Amino acid sequence: MKKIHFSEWGIDSPRYWGMLAVLGSIVAIAGGAVYYMEHNGHWVTGMTNQVVWGIPHVFAIFLIVAASGALNIASIGTAFGKKVYKPLGRLSALLAIALLAGGLAVLVLDLGQPGRLLVAMTHYNFKSIFAWNIYLYTGFFAIVAVYIWFMMDRRMKAWYKPIGIFAFVWRLLLTTGTGSIFGFLVARQGYDAAILAPMFVIMSFAYGLAVYLLVLMFVFKADGRELGAALLKRLKNLLGVFVAAVLYFTLVYHLANLYGTENHAYEAFILKDGGIYTLLFWGGWVLAGCLIPLGIIYHPGLGNTRGGIIAAATLVILGGFATVYVIVIGGQAFPMAMFPGKTIIASGFFDGVNGQPMLYAPSLPEFLLGLGGVALVLLLTFIGIRMLRFLPATLSDEVADPHHAKP
Amino acid sequence: MSRTEQQGRRVFLKKTASAAAVAIAPGVMLHALPAAAAPRAEAVSGEIRWGMLIDANKCADGCNDCVTACDKENGLDLVDMPEGADEAHWERQRPRWIRQVKLKDNLSGKITNLPMMCQHCEKPPCVDVCPTGASFRRADGIVMVDRHICIGCRYCMMACPYKARSFIHAEVAEKLTHTPRGKGCVESCNLCVHRLDNGESTTACQDACKHQAIVFGDLNDPESAVSRALKKYPSVQIRADLKLNTGIRYSNV
Amino acid sequence: MIRIRSIMLFLAGAMLGLAIGPGNAFAGEAVEGTAKADKLEQCVEPTPVMRRNHFEFIKHQRDLTVHQGIRSSKHSLAGCIDCHARKDASGKAVPVNAQGQFCAGCHEYVAASLDCFSCHSAVPGEK
Repeated sequence: MKKIHFSEWGIDSPRYWGMLAVLGSIVAIAGGAVYYMEHNGHWVTGMTNQVVWGIPHVFAIFLIVAASGALNIASIGTAFGKKVYKPLGRLSALLAIALLAGGLAVLVLDLGQPGRLLVAMTHYNFKSIFAWNIYLYTGFFAIVAVYIWFMMDRRMKAWYKPIGIFAFVWRLLLTTGTGSIFGFLVARQGYDAAILAPMFVIMSFAYGLAVYLLVLMFVFKADGRELGAALLKRLKNLLGVFVAAVLYFTLVYHLANLYGTENHAYEAFILKDGGIYTLLFWGGWVLAGCLIPLGIIYHPGLGNTRGGIIAAATLVILGGFATVYVIVIGGQAFPMAMFPGKTIIASGFFDGVNGQPMLYAPSLPEFLLGLGGVALVLLLTFIGIRMLRFLPATLSDEVADPHHAKP
Repeated sequence: MSRTEQQGRRVFLKKTASAAAVAIAPGVMLHALPAAAAPRAEAVSGEIRWGMLIDANKCADGCNDCVTACDKENGLDLVDMPEGADEAHWERQRPRWIRQVKLKDNLSGKITNLPMMCQHCEKPPCVDVCPTGASFRRADGIVMVDRHICIGCRYCMMACPYKARSFIHAEVAEKLTHTPRGKGCVESCNLCVHRLDNGESTTACQDACKHQAIVFGDLNDPESAVSRALKKYPSVQIRADLKLNTGIRYSNV
Repeated sequence: MIRIRSIMLFLAGAMLGLAIGPGNAFAGEAVEGTAKADKLEQCVEPTPVMRRNHFEFIKHQRDLTVHQGIRSSKHSLAGCIDCHARKDASGKAVPVNAQGQFCAGCHEYVAASLDCFSCHSAVPGEK
């Protein structure tokens, strides 16, 4: 294994600025959507007093979950000492910061009072997992920034491993916190389950790695850097393990629910009669997000082609959005069980009359806000790799892979 | 002042108040101010816990009087549909503090009517989850929102087991002095706190109920009408399994 | 010529209307001397104190009122509005945040944002 050199992203200026312009315009359009929604109020969105969190939250939660997952590559290199992952660490940490920034931007811009962010920073209720998350998120930025610094600065080499371990523990806490936002909600049938916290952690592993893989392959191809086949194979096998773990947690979550009669109605809603939610669960969460990617990754032929890996990672991301949608929106659409043994046959406030789910029809501005968050992630990443030395000059197998057989 | 002395004084006040009330007329009396009513000058304390007993048997099918009264009392009827909004969609977005719910027993088919609103839990999930502490429980048991520090995240709405809260989805042109209201914050039933703070002792929904299905009062005072009714009749909490110790109780559900 | 002027006037009026915002659609021009405060010597504190500290007073009171239910204080926002709102020729209250009125007059001049009335009523309360 040779010494790794890092360099700035070297694509042509017109292409670079062109990409920034496109991403910048998407962010600007999202800004317009935010202005429209905040100026008018949330009545212009699909969100209601029944489904209070909508598409912006789906995007925000996906990005925040993926953020901590994207850091995994760096953690494997530092905390677990796998040499082959070390050159990948800088991009991993940068992407983690960018994803978190994108997700938080979407979350904050959907608040009813986004101007009161300062209030959220000065008034804390320490029983609220949301308040804890504010610390976890800001802490994540700070820790990962220091982590990047220590990765890049040779003088800090002694501290490189401790900060790596600290960042790894912090990211586990962060995703546990995100999962607990739902896990701690006793009111709703679909939530109120401790398993949601570890499930979010494992989801973050899969989504973060999928995003990382796509970004890595794109930026390397764009300026003609070499990405070794053996390294790619490692990464895609890792993705396979993570995706399988998501499937396993999904299975346990639903089996546990199916065992207890009190949850049968909720399970029937998600698995069988929930319309869009059932479709997204089977078609998105299970099939597109887990089974097909697993099939591609472990297919002897397809799994070793770049096209196959790109397809698998893309499907994991799309399936991930479907998963978060089913959890966030599906969990709210299912009527709350206020009167066991009774059916609500009339209500002045849409209480799930005759078991009908709550309606939610996402609006365009909500989507634009979410897409703006995604564009912001890429914008920050591209600017980062252009300005500083995040990318290894090459990741050819003979440079990067310690087990590479000398020819 | 000792506890017994205070109790004695409370009973005395209550008796004079009810004597004055009876003298007027049933139904009308309840909103009547005691002669000495003044805005509260001292902080509320845990000596009092406001609560209600709702008798579902008395709640009449098709009657919506409590809802209308609440809308009027708290300015909810002043919240206009924004121009260009879809009416059916707006119905799902407009705020409501109290609502009528009609239930059918799955086994017997028995029909029950009851009003649902914030249940004023002793351990409210909305207060637990609120990141800024805007959602809080006042010393006298009223769960409310401090809209000055509400950031509009709606996590309390995710957490409430009773779907009692509303988000203000649009600008509100006209509002009442005693019920401020603005776009982007969450709100819910506050047991007509402005009335209680100004020395009154009834809520708008209670006054409006011509079937006397709602008894309101101090749960800590064993002599209050609500305490006596709770002692006399069997009652339940909605979602008692969550052990939230609600201030609103129901009988005959 | 007249036409252009009337259009300009209309536009100016429309902009004024937008600036003032909703809630005062039916109130006419405020009449000087119609606020209760106009007939009083002094506010609840000496004028210089009020000018400098009114927000602190209101803010302190707001927490006492919301969290402790104390509504007897002289430093209440409802009290400010009750006393300082003028009336129009027909006797209808003019919002204190309407252009040039008691609150807006100063706040516009010093360009300090005036957020109270996005939630609070800007006319005296119903009695």
